[in-house]
Amino acid sequence: MTSVFEPVRASWSRLPARVRQYGLATLVITLAALYPFYFDLLPGGVFPVVSIAVVMLIFVMMALGLNIVVGYAGLLDLGYVAFYAVGAYVAAWFASLHFDQVTFHFGSVGVQSDAPGIHISIWLVLIVAGIVTTVAGILIGLPTLRLRGDYLAIVTLGFGEIIPIFVLNSDEQGIGFDLTHGAFGINPIDSMGFGALSALGLPEVYRTSENRAELYFWTALGLVLFTVFCSVRLRDSRLGRAWIAIREDETAAAAMGVPLMRTKTWSYAIGAFFGGVAGCFYAVYKSGAFPSDFYFQFSVFLLCMVILGGMGSIWGVIAGAVILSWLDREGLAKIGSWIGDLSGQQVDVPKYAFGIYGAIIVTMMLLRPAGLIPERRHKIELEEGVHDTPFYDVQHEGTLTDRDPSDD
Amino acid sequence: MSDHESPKQSRRAPHELIAVRWRPKGVTVVGFAFVGLIAAWLLVNLVQTPTEFFQIAVVGLTNGSVYALVALGYTLVYGILQLINFAHGDVFALGGLLSATVILDLFDVSSASSPGTIALAIGGSLLIAVAFSSTLNTTVELVGYRRLRNAPRLAPLITAVGMSFILQNVGLYFWGPNYTSIDPLISGDPAFTIGGVEFQWDNLTMILITVPILLALTWLVTSTKQGKAMRATSQDMEAAAMMGINVNRTISFTFALAGGLAGAAGLIYVLQFTTIRFDQGFQLGLIAFTAAVLGGIGNLAGAVLGGVLIGFVEAFADGLSWLSPGANWTRAIVFGLLIAVLVFRPEGLLGERTPEGA
Repeated sequence: MTSVFEPVRASWSRLPARVRQYGLATLVITLAALYPFYFDLLPGGVFPVVSIAVVMLIFVMMALGLNIVVGYAGLLDLGYVAFYAVGAYVAAWFASLHFDQVTFHFGSVGVQSDAPGIHISIWLVLIVAGIVTTVAGILIGLPTLRLRGDYLAIVTLGFGEIIPIFVLNSDEQGIGFDLTHGAFGINPIDSMGFGALSALGLPEVYRTSENRAELYFWTALGLVLFTVFCSVRLRDSRLGRAWIAIREDETAAAAMGVPLMRTKTWSYAIGAFFGGVAGCFYAVYKSGAFPSDFYFQFSVFLLCMVILGGMGSIWGVIAGAVILSWLDREGLAKIGSWIGDLSGQQVDVPKYAFGIYGAIIVTMMLLRPAGLIPERRHKIELEEGVHDTPFYDVQHEGTLTDRDPSDD
Repeated sequence: MSDHESPKQSRRAPHELIAVRWRPKGVTVVGFAFVGLIAAWLLVNLVQTPTEFFQIAVVGLTNGSVYALVALGYTLVYGILQLINFAHGDVFALGGLLSATVILDLFDVSSASSPGTIALAIGGSLLIAVAFSSTLNTTVELVGYRRLRNAPRLAPLITAVGMSFILQNVGLYFWGPNYTSIDPLISGDPAFTIGGVEFQWDNLTMILITVPILLALTWLVTSTKQGKAMRATSQDMEAAAMMGINVNRTISFTFALAGGLAGAAGLIYVLQFTTIRFDQGFQLGLIAFTAAVLGGIGNLAGAVLGGVLIGFVEAFADGLSWLSPGANWTRAIVFGLLIAVLVFRPEGLLGERTPEGA
């Protein structure tokens, strides 16, 4: 494998640093932005249509948000779906007919001006969703982030379970006020659009536009680029270095003066922000928020993207998210039909989707814990180990005397 | 196993000194007020409908015994490896599914069969389920966790989540997406009645199976050489190895023991509720884990206490008539309790304060 890429790698490394730094990124962004124009020319039949690519981009954004919590700060969050739920319901509350007790319009597009309910411009709702989920993240984080590793995972899992139950039961029957419309969910949610700015050649309302999928695609791409930009800048910031220090050794980080609680809470809050914005956008794209979307498996699905790509590695997480969301949306079904064509036997592959994700998680953890595209520092961490010295050397069956003295 | 942390306490002490404790006094007051409110709520219900109250308590005790068995598995494994074995609930579900199949296909009994046949079928499927689940749990450890014993702590935890999904899909593959149902083998007739409270045969049988298992487990851990090895390993792996204990084998044994308990719990669950599905293990596992945390993780008596308490909590939240939140909220209450315990008293009811929890 290496030999094939060696000439490419050699000529790549001869390029000036500035080209190397921005060239690849520019290339990828250009290819991504032009995707709606050339995807149907691509061979193989594995490239998804634009409307599916939108969902994939949303998952990329969520995975990047989770990466800040899991990859940078090393806090295992098994309840990330809670932030998706909060974001989705913020969209449903502030841009739909749901609260028909009031009539409030602010910059909304594509709805009649006398329609009941709160209708705020989706652009603002995205920001509101981000703020609300950030606050939710801080509220969840403050009492729980004192806990270490595995306990934190369980608490986040608990929140991830409680929020769907809360959403499911918060209707007239459950709490006496129809907050979430129970199992039916809230739909439709207003469309995105530029409204009056359409004079500048911008689309007025996405939903009624004839290239609806493309418009959502470019908007989603913009959000992803924003997330990537924030991820890169955060990683290289003082805060990001503090996160990585905590991930590598909490005690040492604290000894060096990193405020543990504040730093962890920031990672949780910022991770939540991106989850909320992505969740809000997804709800707008689907035009509805339904409690059945917020199941625990989704959190693990996102976690699987981060692990497959490489915890802490931005390129890796993007790759992992693209691969897994493609598998989830259409890849598994396609693989199923390929197997069916080859063996003449019908296999329902998507049925076992989560078993496959589980197998991916286990395989990656055992064989390539740093992920497909490892973050350099994390790889060193896993190979050389910066945590406690081993309790017990499995390879040497407990003969402690013949251990490498440099371990201690 | 309650004091398994003590030797490591010294190692992690610096963290303990540096970490800022965010624990205002007011929170404790709120906690006590909350517990007081719950007590008042229970008391009002007890006074208003005493018979119903105790009837619900019997249900709670029975469900609690299943939780206790599963919670013991979590606690045993946590005690020795400090690992939350997420796959444990799914081992339970597979044990339950297998025992349902054994009862249906191998023994082919129904509620019309003679009591002797039914007893034989239950005994036989108990053995099979226990053997299967022990093997399964040991295999999970061997394949998944053993190689990650020296890895960063998140690695085995993430692997456990993956294992859980794999096992769920194994259940899905072999038993399909629908419920596997058996006949109610043990009648729900009252065995005896005390003051209007009925003790039904099926509830009684569950407790009759659970209690001997718990006694045997206590004996095994406290009075046998293997139990001593387990306790030693959980206290300090290196020191245990130096004392000539085969640590790998001890850990495998612990996983086998935990798996066996899950298998027994699976059978009891099937006998009580007569249906089981591949994805029920994860939920029940989480509830059982809550029980283990409530009692104090790593503490065997705590797991049983926690299991029974969670059984009560669920039954009361479901069933009481005065100001009851209703069955829709039960799971939210249990997970809320889990979070509350972890935040306010991470060492659990019976556990000692450990640096891990804080």
